Amino acid sequence: MVTGQTTVLAADVPFPPSVEDFYLPSIVPWGGDGVWFTKITLLLWLSVAILIIFFLVAYRNPKLVPDKKQWLAESVYGFVRNNIAIDMIGKEGVRFAPYLASLFSFIFVMNLWGIIPFAQISPNSHIAFPAMLAVISWVLFIYVGFQRHGIGYLKIALVPPAPWFILPILVPIEFFSNFIVRPFSLAVRLFANMFAGHMLLLVFTLGGFAMINANALLAPISVLSWLMTIALTFLDFAIIALQAYVFTVLTASYIQGSLAEGH
Amino acid sequence: MNLAEVVGSTAAIGYGLAAIGPGVGVGLVFAAYIQSTARQPEAARITQPFLWIGFAVVEVLALLGIAFGFIWAG
Repeated sequence: MVTGQTTVLAADVPFPPSVEDFYLPSIVPWGGDGVWFTKITLLLWLSVAILIIFFLVAYRNPKLVPDKKQWLAESVYGFVRNNIAIDMIGKEGVRFAPYLASLFSFIFVMNLWGIIPFAQISPNSHIAFPAMLAVISWVLFIYVGFQRHGIGYLKIALVPPAPWFILPILVPIEFFSNFIVRPFSLAVRLFANMFAGHMLLLVFTLGGFAMINANALLAPISVLSWLMTIALTFLDFAIIALQAYVFTVLTASYIQGSLAEGH
Repeated sequence: MNLAEVVGSTAAIGYGLAAIGPGVGVGLVFAAYIQSTARQPEAARITQPFLWIGFAVVEVLALLGIAFGFIWAG
């Protein structure tokens, strides 16, 4: 796949990278104005397809002694079910394990595009995708709260046990932090991590080209810059896995808060 | 006559300032986890989810700094 960045090989390397670098040209028609099918769209569809096909194929013919595919699928699901759903929510968490496992694997695959050669940008570095995921989690934990407690959920979520005269301050703060900051921070955390990760790799890759073009004195240092890119790719992988985990754990903890009896 | 001139966006300085707080905060979170694990090694698994929740909640401030840095850079 030809990327928008293959044109940077020689003389005019755009440095420093900017937000513009995240808006890739259209694939069909190439470079056209109708930017509805870009690399981001392609990677999104690929992630969905990979996940659906992988889990269907891995569990089509389950055996008592699992083969590699089944083992991988079972470890992913088992990890989310036991270490996230049950650990955070308790026994009831099993009910939410399918959602949490899909969330975890979808975010992980979407993030992973950020370091896969030739893809090298994560769709999650556009805020629309994390925002949509955060809205789903937000609706889920509010729905679960109302389902469990009825209208009393508002009291549990908004009115902490405190003297009455301090409640006029506390209730708006609780409302703000539970219903506005939670989805916002979920979305921005994932988005900003992917954005910053891509930006870091761009700075060190393009920085190497910029130094090679600058003068003979700086040219050897560009090798250092590219070595740094390799090291940062490993760091990025750690962040990718961590952010998928953190998004899932926070969703589980919000659901747990909706299910709990009072404060 | 200009002796020295600096051009660019003050957002870069702003982000440096914004990263101090989360930097200290993330350090405190991990320090507390290491200390609790050293004192009570069996508790490592129990406290781990809270480690990541605390880390994520503190870290988001630095990430907001990145996002708003670009938004307000112009």
